[in-house]
Amino acid sequence: MHIKRIWIMFKARNWEFFRDRASFGWNFLFPFLLVAGFGILFGGRGHTEYTIGVFPTAPDTMTVASLDLPEAFKETRFLQFVGFTSHTEAMEKLRHHKVDLVIRTGPPPHQYWINESSPKGYLAEKIFQASLTGEANPSLLHKEKIHTAEIRYIDWLFPGILAMNMMFSALWGVGYIVVRYRKNGALRRLKATPLTAFEYLSAQMLSRLFLLMFTLLVVWFGCDLIFHFHVEGSVGDIFVLFFLGSLSLTSMGLVLAARGTSEEFTTGTLNFISWPMMFLSEVWFSLEGAPGWVKHVAQAFPLTHLLTGIRKIMNDGAGLVDVLPEITILLLMTGTFLGLGAYLFSWDR
Amino acid sequence: MVPILEVKDLTKSYGPLVAVNDVSFAIRPGICFGLLGPNGAGKTTTLEVIENILAPTSGDILYKGQPRSATFKNEVGIQFQQTSLLAMLTVWETLQVFKALYDETENLDRLIERCQLQEFKHQRHENLSGGQRQRFLLALALVNRPQLLFLDEPSTGLDPQARRNLWDIVNAIKASGKTIILTTHYMEEAQQLCDEVAIMDHGRIIARGAPEALIRTHCEGVTVVLPRGSFRQPLESLPLKVQEINGAVHIQTSNIDDCLKQLLSDQVDLSDMSVHSPNLEHVFLNLTGRHLRD
Repeated sequence: MHIKRIWIMFKARNWEFFRDRASFGWNFLFPFLLVAGFGILFGGRGHTEYTIGVFPTAPDTMTVASLDLPEAFKETRFLQFVGFTSHTEAMEKLRHHKVDLVIRTGPPPHQYWINESSPKGYLAEKIFQASLTGEANPSLLHKEKIHTAEIRYIDWLFPGILAMNMMFSALWGVGYIVVRYRKNGALRRLKATPLTAFEYLSAQMLSRLFLLMFTLLVVWFGCDLIFHFHVEGSVGDIFVLFFLGSLSLTSMGLVLAARGTSEEFTTGTLNFISWPMMFLSEVWFSLEGAPGWVKHVAQAFPLTHLLTGIRKIMNDGAGLVDVLPEITILLLMTGTFLGLGAYLFSWDR
Repeated sequence: MVPILEVKDLTKSYGPLVAVNDVSFAIRPGICFGLLGPNGAGKTTTLEVIENILAPTSGDILYKGQPRSATFKNEVGIQFQQTSLLAMLTVWETLQVFKALYDETENLDRLIERCQLQEFKHQRHENLSGGQRQRFLLALALVNRPQLLFLDEPSTGLDPQARRNLWDIVNAIKASGKTIILTTHYMEEAQQLCDEVAIMDHGRIIARGAPEALIRTHCEGVTVVLPRGSFRQPLESLPLKVQEINGAVHIQTSNIDDCLKQLLSDQVDLSDMSVHSPNLEHVFLNLTGRHLRD
């Protein structure tokens, strides 16, 4: 392996990226526009649907009809009931603003918990109280309160948008570009030199990592100046996670780039992978109320683990040790993708 | 003397299609060897198998008497017939990139001067004209000071001036002692540049030798060319060596006086007559009955 060769290919790819003004600008503008758009649309407020956590119940088999709760409450529109097996699990979600109200299923008095810092929790409580007799009846209720910092939707969404931008940039910036070079014969020209596939792929990956982290830094601090994001944990830890996510997503791009000479087919494959990943990895919305199988599918995507880890740090104040499972999964995925990409790579097929 | 390159019984197939069929030749160091043939004859495939870009179906390729090793790529320079390069880079930057990929390299300023690229060195390579681009691709092929240089159809698509310009550069490279293997379908190019040629057709080598020797062996005298309409009688009735190709009648003769007398006695209209000295085109024509560019 020659570092000199990796370095020159790294530089060449960066020259290309920075000189392609249109795509270079878009990489910065796209996430900024998305964040700005959502900032204006939601004005810092959350969804209009209320999520009610209920325990103890089996999440996979739970039906609303089977819950031992006031009938009027169960029939109220715009409420989504999510089952939890234990009190601990339900409280964890309440603390993280993933549910608005937690209720123990069973006969009165109904024991419930709200997060005092959640405006939606306050309204969900009012709905619950009103559903009992038409007005609050203290004898039928047993209220418990917790307090955690309010999470604005924009605080929750921001890492999702950055990660989504990272995903598109990693998959297209490596997957599509390498296929284009294979199709137009540039890889064939490089094959005729002493450059090895490992050196070439390493350079592509390092260049993309550098560009992703650079873009991320600019967009993060640029948006933070305007929206003043609330970060519970360490920004440094968040960037460690972003780096690992970039590594994993870029490696995934290398697998897609390993073979093929059709840009159309590659575009289709990239869309086939990136769109489900965007919708199932909790970029835009939480999968709390989604069916179990959807949550299982989501576990296959690196973006899911990246966002879980980042939101734990950003919204819940977790440290790197707390997100070790996510770090481990991202590293394992990176290793698998890299191995597969290197094994399948062809200069000209 | 050990040949710098030896190709033995080389075959390359794509399913049922045999692109290169049992080809063998050896090349002495320091010469310019040409693979001549029409489009689709198998020249580029042969070259790409030798270059190690394609894997052979069967056969052996020896470089300096040995199977090609890891150093082969460091010691050869390749100019592809059609290629793309890393986008958005200037001529100078692309040369820098390629220079960094090799162990032993040429001084870039000297290379730029040799390939007459001084004016364009800070221009993006995508913006070069046809002739400039070919000279630039040649410079890339020379960046590692190769002992063996492969040029695949180096002057295709160039105007006559640009072509002659490129030939001058190739002749200068040849004079520096490098071995060159080039493919071409221009017989004039082969005659100008090559010390030895192998004529290919349908994946096989049909003739091989020095251009003059091939012409001497396969062509006699001169070729008289007349339109078919100049003849009133059937061509078979003429006591001459005649071939009709694309509406023109080619008559090969070692004695132009006797030939003209015969044509006049047969009342052939000579007003559109032309006379050609034989060249590699005629060699190919005599061997296959077709023009090189058919």
